[in-house]
Amino acid sequence: MTAPYELNDDSVVVVIGSGAGGGTLGNELAQKGVDVVILEAGGRHEYDAFTNDEWASFGQLAWLDNRTTSGSWLVARDFPNLPAWIVKAVGGSTTHWAGASLRFQEHEFKVRTTYGEIARANLLDWPITLQEMEPYYAKAEDKMGVTRTNGIPGLPGNNNFKVMKAGADKLGYKDCHTGRMAINSQNRDGRNYCQQSGFCFQGCKFGAKWSTLYTEIPKGEATGKLEVRSNAHVLQIEHDDGGKVTGVVYADAEGNQQRQKARAVCVAGNSIESPRLLLNSASSKYPDGLANSSGQVGKNYMRHMTGSVYALFDRPVNMYRGTTMAGIIQDESRHDTSRGFAGGYEMETLSLGLPFMAAFLQPGAWGRSFTTALDAYDHMAGMWLVGEDMPQESNAVSLHGEIKDQHGLPVPNVHFDDHPNDIAMREHAYRQGAAVYDAVGATRTFPTPPYPSTHNLGTNRMSAKASDGVVNGHGQSHDIQNLFVSDGSQFTTGGAENPTLTIVALAIRQADFIADQMSKGVL
Amino acid sequence: MKTADKRPKLSRRGFLAASGGAAVGVALVTSAGVVSSPTGAWAMEVTALKPETMATLIQFARDIYPHDQIADRYYAKAVKGHEEQAAKDEAHKAIIEEGIAELDRLAAEAGSTDGYRGLGWEADRTAILHSISTTPFFQTIRGNLVVSLYNQKEIWPLFGFEGESADKGGYITRGFDDIDWI
Repeated sequence: MTAPYELNDDSVVVVIGSGAGGGTLGNELAQKGVDVVILEAGGRHEYDAFTNDEWASFGQLAWLDNRTTSGSWLVARDFPNLPAWIVKAVGGSTTHWAGASLRFQEHEFKVRTTYGEIARANLLDWPITLQEMEPYYAKAEDKMGVTRTNGIPGLPGNNNFKVMKAGADKLGYKDCHTGRMAINSQNRDGRNYCQQSGFCFQGCKFGAKWSTLYTEIPKGEATGKLEVRSNAHVLQIEHDDGGKVTGVVYADAEGNQQRQKARAVCVAGNSIESPRLLLNSASSKYPDGLANSSGQVGKNYMRHMTGSVYALFDRPVNMYRGTTMAGIIQDESRHDTSRGFAGGYEMETLSLGLPFMAAFLQPGAWGRSFTTALDAYDHMAGMWLVGEDMPQESNAVSLHGEIKDQHGLPVPNVHFDDHPNDIAMREHAYRQGAAVYDAVGATRTFPTPPYPSTHNLGTNRMSAKASDGVVNGHGQSHDIQNLFVSDGSQFTTGGAENPTLTIVALAIRQADFIADQMSKGVL
Repeated sequence: MKTADKRPKLSRRGFLAASGGAAVGVALVTSAGVVSSPTGAWAMEVTALKPETMATLIQFARDIYPHDQIADRYYAKAVKGHEEQAAKDEAHKAIIEEGIAELDRLAAEAGSTDGYRGLGWEADRTAILHSISTTPFFQTIRGNLVVSLYNQKEIWPLFGFEGESADKGGYITRGFDDIDWI
């Protein structure tokens, strides 16, 4: 019962992207009776088409359009054309994500006030508070079926978690458990419970992990108010003489350009494509790109402080069995400058299959130091370290001066330098991660460098003042009333937590705002 | 505790074309258009590259990612793409032939009378690899190999990785939490 809309129907809200932000927003609006067209650049692969094969899945789901990198971050050296490991498919990166669903801490909405001025950091308080977000966090947790909320039990701990938990206990960490996960621990919302199959990153073949692909999107389609057009890659947002946006131009599956008119446009293409689209939509009226009077579009790119610690033991672990992100230590997520840095980080179990472990354990490494680690793959445990990184204006998504994509548009360049605070936090996290495993008898540990970014944030940030950022506290652009940003690029700062829950909560909140503005005739 | 034999269960002929060629005292045998194992378990037809080049490439691959439990035929399969690419692309063929010739030249400097493969100790070969590890040739070979070697499902059991699990119902009843020493 999907609703087909005409290209010249200018009453529809166009949402660009179908992931955590766009997929959720599209459904929420449709549930309120708003006519919505979601334009998704990628194809539609239902969950039975997912594959437990890392490279094959990467080819099926990952965003592989050309991108370039610059800056001193290791990703630019190790993966020069793959700054981010995100998805081009219906469901966006909710097909690939691990499922960790953590609320921001109160101080993380006001870091400029809490941390004070930090050199080279472009810190700013969010224009919204935790108290304002709490009702929306509650709705998001219920929608996504987050464990340890709403009376939903935690997931059972797998082998990888048990190693982490034993080490955490030995170190005296108090806050270690199997996480708040948007993965069913019991049948819920018409979806299976987790079968502990591993391969969460390759798309859950049981549908146990929340993804907009098989929750928000079919629910929205069932209202008759939502059309999802896949293989529809938006190239430009258009506006009228008055400056309001009027629609978008996209390339369809055959590469032909189509023009979809719109009442309002909501950009949710993740933090590289969203600013790129605004910049590529520059016009004579908006020569620096849409919504860019502040000059902040594409700036303040954040990707979380990340790293991993893998460890070998004298006895088998088989970490790859079961939930990829099977548990968490939260003791280091507090803001405590006695550790030598502002903000905090989470420690979350992680596992890769053998093919990806070979590619990511120590990119570029070779020889016996490396291969003996892989020889002990089944004796390995692992964790991911994820913490707040500092927004810096010079860390930016910009348009490449020469290289064009398949549609003739400039590809994005992603520039990133670690802030000294990021480096201090990473060094601390590596030490603590190794200490967790040493406490249970690790024979060798590996401080694994960052993977291509999965948490891309901040490039269209929220701000109270129009001069400080791109959108207001509702994700509405300061410059153009009917242009919204609906993904993680809205984040003013990154927090220590995995961002998806906050993206979903913001989308629910934004849907309320848009529907309200429409009912008042303002939009 | 009984130790399982992790070797893949493959037919004795292997998955590359079988060959009767055999010789004593060398790791890999080359003859006109063919590289084969000394036991005759497998052989690879080589037309674009010189057979000696392919034999050295196989040794080179093993020295980059040495796993003593992995038989030569998996390394051979992992670098076979260079033969296929060389057949279509003269520039690629030149990169490989010149790169291997350079390995042989460096080996001669190190005292080998029989090229890179003639250096008996892995450490002597590895010293050469360190000296060329930043070259495009080395990076091309290594960058391909990290996928083409480790993405062979046949070798996953050697590392204890079980591969696809959804088709077996996941691990919920198959040991996701069976660790017994923690």
